[in-house]
Amino acid sequence: MSTLNLLRGSVIRSEDLQAHFVEEIVKAGGEKIRLCFQCGTCTGSCPSGRRTAFKTRELIAKSLLGLRDEVLHDKNLWTCTSCYTCTERCPRGIDVTNLIFIIRNIAVRSGVILDRHKVALGYLIKTGHLVPITDNYMKLRGELGLEEVPPTTHKHSEALKEFQQLISKLQFDRLTTSAEDNK
Amino acid sequence: MSDYALFLGCVIPNRYPGIEAAMRRLAPSLGITLYEMEGASCCPAPGVTRSFDSQTWLTLAARNICIAEALGKNVLTMCNGCYASLKEANAILRNDSVKREAVNKVLSEVGKSFRGNIEVKHIVEVLYNEVGLEKIKSIAKRQLKLKAAVHYGCHILKPSELREWKSHERPTFLDELVAALGLQSVDYQDKMMCCGAGGGVRSGLPEVGLDMTKEKLTNITRTGADVIVNCCPLCHLQFDRGQVEIEQNLGEKFRIPVLHYLQLLGISVGLTLDEVGAKAHNVSLETLASRI
Repeated sequence: MSTLNLLRGSVIRSEDLQAHFVEEIVKAGGEKIRLCFQCGTCTGSCPSGRRTAFKTRELIAKSLLGLRDEVLHDKNLWTCTSCYTCTERCPRGIDVTNLIFIIRNIAVRSGVILDRHKVALGYLIKTGHLVPITDNYMKLRGELGLEEVPPTTHKHSEALKEFQQLISKLQFDRLTTSAEDNK
Repeated sequence: MSDYALFLGCVIPNRYPGIEAAMRRLAPSLGITLYEMEGASCCPAPGVTRSFDSQTWLTLAARNICIAEALGKNVLTMCNGCYASLKEANAILRNDSVKREAVNKVLSEVGKSFRGNIEVKHIVEVLYNEVGLEKIKSIAKRQLKLKAAVHYGCHILKPSELREWKSHERPTFLDELVAALGLQSVDYQDKMMCCGAGGGVRSGLPEVGLDMTKEKLTNITRTGADVIVNCCPLCHLQFDRGQVEIEQNLGEKFRIPVLHYLQLLGISVGLTLDEVGAKAHNVSLETLASRI
């Protein structure tokens, strides 16, 4: 077997690269990504990286290279808890957490979203709350001397309509169903 | 007296209403008058909204801020996540005219417009900087002889660019607020580490978040702490319900009661555990009953 065959799968080939990916990130406000000099302070500071295969430095390197599909389809992209430790410590002043938000935005627009997140977004779009009220908690609110239904979109149907009007204007509801459409 | 528009968010009114009850009952003695933000929605959460579409996140946050602007009051949050979303959105919309115009164009559909004339504050910020430790000591009727593991939560501290704390790596303000009520704040390994819930991890990849929570709980247990004190309902949920989830899924049993600072302050001024919403807790607060 030739050496080239042995390396198949671990070699990055120029035809796998989508160089425009970094432009997409820059356009969305992530221009500082180009300042990264791969020191690894972000990875060393990351509580998710300690227990998963998520490596922030690698995410940035792959993005700069243009490994768009690999970056967007890596489930580990969703292990960032947005603790901002990497952002605070980056010696190049890169807002790494925001960079991760930008890359996640691109992933979602490309139809990549976790099923569990779709469920959560369903609650948000339907009620105005990611964590909506239930009968038990309404009863407990009453016992505590609070209005049973909190004075939010839960209580005001016209406010909920307004909230939903904004969501459909922004086509946010379509964004979250696009993953299914793309299957 | 200072006036604030109270932003409820989701987890406090809909899962731990005792935190809201404590806030409302404490307000008069803290010199705070609260105004209702009628029709407010989710902040919306930075992880499970900003991660999907920043424009939607910014616009929905702006809608909430508009409700407070109409009242002419600064926003008061009891949650680090709501604080993060509303504070950062407020700063972006004030400083970036292109983004502001884009948001206002969408908001005009519902007759709203972001003006940028109010501030967003967290209750702990108000307690520490405006009410002050001396006033808090003076309203506390009970000195609580408990060992507390203080958990700040990430978003009260970071991004530090938008916050005025002396340190985000080694802050002391929440420890000082806890100590003002008689408790001993114990140091523990990786105290500043995230609880594991943020960024959409609790909703999306719960096993990753719980592994983080378990590490924190293990470190906290080593100190013999009686209670975990936090200032964020999502961290609160992750520690409280997370202990049940960790036992079910990872087979490790912890039983450390969890209190939001407002509940702790409520207990100090004489509210009962039931009055600060003990019934909503997954880890019973009973072990604290004989100690207060």
